[in-house]
Amino acid sequence: MAHAYTPGLRVTARTKVTKKRILPLKGDVVLKKGDRVTAETVVARTEIPGPVEPLNVANILGVPPDDVIEAMLKKEGDHVEEGEIIAKSKSFFGLFSSSAKAKISGTIENISSITGQVLLRGAPMPVQVHAYLDGAVTEIFPNEGVAVTTWGAFAQGIFGIGGEAHGPIMVVSKSPSEILQEKDIDSSCKGKIILGGSLVTADALKKAISVGAVGIVVGGFNDKDLRDFLGYDLGVAITGNEGKGITLVVTEGFGEIAMAQKTYDLLKSFEGKLACINGATQIRAGVIRPEVVVPLEGDVLADDAALKAENVGLNVGSQIRVIREPYFGILGKVSGLPAPLQKLESESHARVLEVEFPDGKKAIVPRANVEAIEE
Amino acid sequence: MKNLKPEDIKIIVATDCGSTTTKAILIEFRDGEYRLIVRGEAPTTVEAPFEDVTMGVLNAIGEVEELSGRKLLDEQNRIISPAKGNVGTDIYISTSSAGGGLQMMVAGVVRSMTAESAERAAMTAGAIVMDVIASNDKRLPHEQIERIRHLRPDMILLSGGIDGGTTTHVVELAELISAADPKPRLGSGYNLPVIYAGNTDAREAVKNTLGNKTALDIVDNLRPVLERENLIPAREKIRDLFMEHVMAQAPGYSRLMTWTDAPIMPTPGAVGLIIKTISDIENIEVVGVDIGGATTDIFSVFRPEGAEGIFNRTVSANLGMSYSVSNVFAEATLPNIMRWVPFDMDERDLRNRVKNKMVRPTTIPQMLEELILEQAIAKEALRLAFIQHRSFATVLKGVQQQRTIADAFEQTSSGGTLVNMMTLDMLVGSGGVLSHAPRRQQAALMLIDAFLPEGITRLSVDSIFMMPQLGVLSTLHKRAATEVFNKDCLIHLGTCVSPVGEGKDGKEIVSYKIELPDGKKEEGTILFGQLKLIKLGLDDNGNPIKAKAEFNPARGFDLGAGKGNKVEGMVSGGVVGVIIDGRGRPFNLPTEAKIRVEKLKEWMLEMDIYEKPLLEKLISKY
Repeated sequence: MAHAYTPGLRVTARTKVTKKRILPLKGDVVLKKGDRVTAETVVARTEIPGPVEPLNVANILGVPPDDVIEAMLKKEGDHVEEGEIIAKSKSFFGLFSSSAKAKISGTIENISSITGQVLLRGAPMPVQVHAYLDGAVTEIFPNEGVAVTTWGAFAQGIFGIGGEAHGPIMVVSKSPSEILQEKDIDSSCKGKIILGGSLVTADALKKAISVGAVGIVVGGFNDKDLRDFLGYDLGVAITGNEGKGITLVVTEGFGEIAMAQKTYDLLKSFEGKLACINGATQIRAGVIRPEVVVPLEGDVLADDAALKAENVGLNVGSQIRVIREPYFGILGKVSGLPAPLQKLESESHARVLEVEFPDGKKAIVPRANVEAIEE
Repeated sequence: MKNLKPEDIKIIVATDCGSTTTKAILIEFRDGEYRLIVRGEAPTTVEAPFEDVTMGVLNAIGEVEELSGRKLLDEQNRIISPAKGNVGTDIYISTSSAGGGLQMMVAGVVRSMTAESAERAAMTAGAIVMDVIASNDKRLPHEQIERIRHLRPDMILLSGGIDGGTTTHVVELAELISAADPKPRLGSGYNLPVIYAGNTDAREAVKNTLGNKTALDIVDNLRPVLERENLIPAREKIRDLFMEHVMAQAPGYSRLMTWTDAPIMPTPGAVGLIIKTISDIENIEVVGVDIGGATTDIFSVFRPEGAEGIFNRTVSANLGMSYSVSNVFAEATLPNIMRWVPFDMDERDLRNRVKNKMVRPTTIPQMLEELILEQAIAKEALRLAFIQHRSFATVLKGVQQQRTIADAFEQTSSGGTLVNMMTLDMLVGSGGVLSHAPRRQQAALMLIDAFLPEGITRLSVDSIFMMPQLGVLSTLHKRAATEVFNKDCLIHLGTCVSPVGEGKDGKEIVSYKIELPDGKKEEGTILFGQLKLIKLGLDDNGNPIKAKAEFNPARGFDLGAGKGNKVEGMVSGGVVGVIIDGRGRPFNLPTEAKIRVEKLKEWMLEMDIYEKPLLEKLISKY
C-alpha cells in the first residue's frame, strides 16, 4: 500500500513547462508554431460582445408587441448612437406621437415581435491573451490559442491570490524562516517578485502593493490577514481574479511556516532573473495550484526525462512534510512504514508512518497527514 | 452490462469516487448470502501528478486486493472479470461526485412558481443552483444579463408559463439568455446546454431565439398546469447532460466510464435511492444526510397525514468538511462553531488550521483537540444544510402529484411545511465525519446536536460509508444490495427521546420506565438540561433490541402525544443505546462560557464520547 499519500508540490530546478494559452471565446491566433515569445507577447486576440441594453419598445410606445417592427426606424444590425430615436409610434393627426431612444451607442441586435423588446448591443470589447512565459509556441489550437513551452525552474505553491504576473526575482528575506515585514520593502521592489521567508505580514503586503511590486512568494500567510486583505472570508479555494494589484504565492500553508529550504534556495539562485508567477488556485476537481516559473534556455522540443520518471510513492528514506497538527509544516524523512492500522490520539485507526525529524526525534503520523517532497 | 444472470454474480467490486477519497468495497456471496468482505480507500487523484480519477480507483481497489487476498487487477492495471476462483470480479460498478458537482442556473417566469419548480428539478437532479433568474426577481434586465454572462454554469434550465398560457415572459427570458450568450464552465469547444421545459406554445419562439447559440434541448413543461409539477423529464435530461458534459470533463472520467458494468451514478442520486428504500420498506419518515468534503446532501421522506412518502433532496453546495470547510466556518461564524468546543482556541491559530485543511483536504485529525474541532464544524455544517433543506422541502414535490389551486398559492410560504421533527422516525447519517467517527456516540451526538430531533427518533449511521455503492448496486442486483445493507451497512445507534418544551435547569421534565428484555427495569426522571444514556444494545444477529418504554413528560413538555401526555411504546436499542435528551426544544446552549463548558463536559462524559482523562486534560489546558 505504497500509494495512499498526498502527492507533494513540485519543486524542481529544471523541467519543461507547457502552458495552454486559450481565448475565452473563439478568435484569432496571431502566431505560428515555432515562434519565440516573451511573457508579454500577444498570442491570440478576440472581441467579447459588448454589454446588452434591453429596451421594451412596446411599453414605451404603448403599442402591442407585434406592432413594434412597424414602429422601428432602425432594423436589426443597424448602428445607433446614444439618445438616437430608434422607434416611433404613429401619430394621431400629427399629435401625441411617442418615441423610443437608444440608451447606449451600439447596434440593434434583436427586435422581438413576441415580447416587444429591442436589444441594443454596445461596442465589443477587445481581449488579448499573452504568452505568460518566455519560450516558444509549440502547438496551435486554431481560433482558440496556442501552447507555449519553455524549460525552466518550477515551484508549485499551496495557495495563491491574484493572476499572472512576471518580473525579476528579488530576495528580500535573508532566510526561509525570516518574516517578511513592512520595513523590508522599499521602492527598489518596484516591478519585482519578492522572495520572502516564513510569513508575509499584512502591512508588508500593503507596502509591496504601494511600491509597485508585482508579486510575493512566501512560506506562509495568516488567514486573518487574508480576510482583511480581501474584505471577505474566503469560503472555497478558488482564486486568481482578486485584482488586488499583486500576486501572492504561498508555498507552505496558512500561518508562519518556514519556506522549504529547497524552494527558497532554488528561487534565491535565480535572483535578478525573470520569473513568471500565477496565484490562481482551485482546490476542487481539476486542481490548479499557484506556481513560479523561471524560464531557462533549452530546446523546447527535447524530451524531459524527469517527467517520465515513475512516481514510486513513499518509501523509507523519502523526504516528506507533515501537513497537519501537531507537527504541521515540519520536514522529515520516512523512517518506518508499519503496515497495520494504528490507533491515533483521536482514537481514529489509520495507516501511519514513522518520521524522523532533522533533530533526530521520531514521531508517528497518519500517512494521510504527510506529503512527499517531489523532485 | 455483461451477459450475467443475477444468480451468477458472486463477486462484486464497487467504488465511489468522492471529491476527497475514493472508496472501494468487495462483496462476495458466501454461505448463501451476500456480505461485505473488505473495504479499501485512497485519495481521489484529481491533483498533479496523477490528474486522473482512475488512479485513485486503482489505488483503492489495490487496497481491497491487499486486504482480501483476491487478485483484482492484472499486470496492466485492468480489472479482471469475470471472477475465477480467487481472481477477478463478476461485476464492477461505480458512483462519483468528483468533477466539482453540477453547477446550474435556472430561469422561470414567476420566482415562487415556475422558477421554484425549475429550481426543484435541478436540485433533485443533483445540481448546485448558482442563481435563479425570474421575470419578477426585482433585477433589471441588463443586470440579469450581466449575471448570466458572468456565471458560467454547466447548463441552464429555462421554464415558464403553463401550457397554452402567455408566451411573452418566457420568450423574454430566452432573449435575455441569448443576449448574454453564456459560455459553459468547462471548455470553450461546445455550446452551453440549455434545457427548455416551459410552455409548449413558446417552443418555436424559444428555438428561434436560442437554437443557434446554445445546445438547446426541449422537454415537457415542468409546470404544465398551475397545480401540477412534472419534474421528471427535465430531471432526466439534466442527468443525461451531466454525464455527457460535466462528469466527462473530470480528469480520467471517460476512461472510468468504459470500465463499469452499469452507468456511473452521481453519488447523491445513489444515496437518495437507498434512503427512499429504507423509508418504503418500513413505511416510516426518514431524514438522511451525506456530509462530504465539498457538499452536504440531505434527503428526506415525509408522509404528512399518512400520505404517500414525499421525497425531497437538497444539495448544500459549499458545506463540507474539507474543500468547503472554510466556507462552513464563514457561514456558521466562529462563535457558533466554538460553542460546541469545551475549550478556547486562539482565533488566528484556529483560522489557519481551518484554511490548512481546505488547501490540504485529505488530512485527518491526529489529536483529540483536532477531532473535537472537526466534529464541532460538522455539527454546524449539518445544521446549516438542514436549514436549507427545511426551507426547500415544502408542499411541492419532485414527483407528479395533484394539488389544489390553494396549495399552489401557498407554496411561497416559508419552508418546513413537510419537515416535521416530531413525526420523524429515523435519522440516517453518512459521510466520513459521521461514518468514521472513532466512537459511535460521537456520530449520535453530532446528529442530535445538528438536527435537534423531537419526540422519539431512531438514529443510525452508514457503517463505513458505503450507501452510494449499495445505491447503484440496487439498480443491478437488488438482493445483494439489500442483504449487505441490512447486515453490513446500517449501524443502529439507538433512539433519541427529546421532549419539546422549555424550562429551567434542574426542573423535572420527563420520567421514564424502560423494561429491558432480561427483565430489568430502568426508571428515573430527567431534569431540564440533562442528557441521559441508557444502554440498550443489539441482539446476536445485529438487530436492535426492542424494549417496552413509558415516558411521562411534565406539564408543558411534549413527546408527540401533546403537552404533558404519556407516550408508551417500544424503543430500539443500538450500539449507543437510548439517549434521553432533556436539553429542551428549542435548544439553547448556556451563553456564559464557564457554564457552557461545564455543560458540554457533562454531556460528553455522560455519553462517553471521548476518552475521559484526555478530555479533562484538554479542558484544563485551555
